Amino acid sequence: MENTLQAVPQNWYLVLSTLLFCIGIMGVLFRRNAIIILMCIELMLNSVNLLLVSFSAYSGNSDGQVFVFFIMVVAAAEVAVGLALMMSIYRNAASTDINVLNKLKW
Amino acid sequence: MTTLLYTTCLGLFCMLAEVLNLRKLLIPAVILGLSAIFVVNMQQWGITTPASIGSVSLSHMVKMDNFAIAFSGLAIVISILIFVLAANYYKDDQNHISDYLSIMVFVLCGALVMFSYNNMAMLFLGIEILSISLYIMAGSRRFDTRSNESGMKYFLMGAFASGFLLFGIALIYGASGTFELEGITKYIAAGEVAPMFYLGVTLLLFAMLFKVSAVPFHFWSPDVYEGAPALITAFMSTLVKVAAFAALYRLFSHCLGGTMYYVEPLLIIVTGATIIVGNVTALSQINVKRILAYSGIAHAGYMLLGVLSSQTNAASSVFFYAAAYAIATVGLFALAIMTFKSNFSENVDAFNGLAKKNPVAAALISIFMLSLAGIPPFAGFLGKYYIFSEAIRNGYVTLTLFAVINSIIAVYYYLKVIIAMYSQPANDKPMVVHPTYMVVAIICAAATIGLTLVPDMLMQILK
Repeated sequence: MENTLQAVPQNWYLVLSTLLFCIGIMGVLFRRNAIIILMCIELMLNSVNLLLVSFSAYSGNSDGQVFVFFIMVVAAAEVAVGLALMMSIYRNAASTDINVLNKLKW
Repeated sequence: MTTLLYTTCLGLFCMLAEVLNLRKLLIPAVILGLSAIFVVNMQQWGITTPASIGSVSLSHMVKMDNFAIAFSGLAIVISILIFVLAANYYKDDQNHISDYLSIMVFVLCGALVMFSYNNMAMLFLGIEILSISLYIMAGSRRFDTRSNESGMKYFLMGAFASGFLLFGIALIYGASGTFELEGITKYIAAGEVAPMFYLGVTLLLFAMLFKVSAVPFHFWSPDVYEGAPALITAFMSTLVKVAAFAALYRLFSHCLGGTMYYVEPLLIIVTGATIIVGNVTALSQINVKRILAYSGIAHAGYMLLGVLSSQTNAASSVFFYAAAYAIATVGLFALAIMTFKSNFSENVDAFNGLAKKNPVAAALISIFMLSLAGIPPFAGFLGKYYIFSEAIRNGYVTLTLFAVINSIIAVYYYLKVIIAMYSQPANDKPMVVHPTYMVVAIICAAATIGLTLVPDMLMQILK
């Protein structure tokens, strides 16, 4: 298991997860649909998971892998709350576009 | 540690109370429970044995030092005051009261974790327990689009910031090989710090600055504060802000102190920007919740001065400032909620002529406003004095002068409400007074004045 992971240089994992993280950021900043934004946030969290697992595998220290479970649990809770909020917005505004969120300004 | 355990049990009890049909008893039970937890918390003072459940040591995860105990005590007191307000605030919503209360107790749990974390995992979990509960509470008025919007904005931006927090933690872990604060301190002290580590610290700092709503990460705060139910706004602007600050302070005093030279320029710019943007933007606001949101941003700037001084143990100053700010804000919200409800408006003109309708409430509001503005003889003044003198001792003279000038600007918008109360003609809507609000306000006013009588005691506790 560890050997398979280590067949790829560690920096590649770093680059890959940074790329995924940046794609997530771009998605959050430029997409207008709340569900897609939520998916991009998940992408950010999962890139962190990948990074933690690779660090953990290379350093032979299991803390990182345990942390990944924490992140997964929290992400699940976050998605549950986020989708519930989205449902209540959809009921009131019949849209999940974040441009309907314009009642509160200045 | 027992504090956290009991508080979690209290939260679970609130959920069960719905099933057991104990809604009527719920608020007194929660207040009693929290009072007992406060006592338990204070009994741990000065005890240095590591936290444990049974024989399992938890010292790698949480550490109940005096810093954590003091802030936990403050957080519990704030929560008790807010729960007293909840009794009347949720009077017409008895069906959901156990949900609201249990989620608010869980917010407190998250805050307790943020005060005592000794591991990056606990920092992350604490922030998330607190935030996820707050997303729900901010959006808890389901049929009000403003509340929905507030919850959604908070959720999207909060989750976005969590991503940065995690990436920062992951990079710090990659460089140092540990999540424990002591391990990371040792890694910094060893001297060979990888560039990746600095990137991680920067991302972590961004996320924490977002949580304390420092400029330029403050955009969520006025919108969320305005849209959320007033009681939750009170909760967010006191307990949550104190928790975020304590966590940020702990991060630098217990862990990242060695990287201070690296983050210092960034923190100085953020502090200056936070103070001026908060104060200047508040000048043009007419919604009281928004004014308090911007004033909260400005106060975050003053408290960041305390974080900058974390190398000389400014914990007492930060604690005093946080206590003075939080208590004055809770009292202010108690009376503001009453005024909002009587006038069906949350704007400054809702306070018009309050001095004629209810002189006691007007006088109390003036005390809180003047304390927040930092005018003697109230606690807010002493808080500012300690924070500023701590900052000057650390050599941030220009920044402190800048902060002092800004706190003079701040007087303008605090006085705006006082002027509305004393010199505007009263409208014809009667002021509906409920004793719980008045009691909380009077306790807070007494504390605002009382804190100035025992500053030395409070200043010594965290030395």
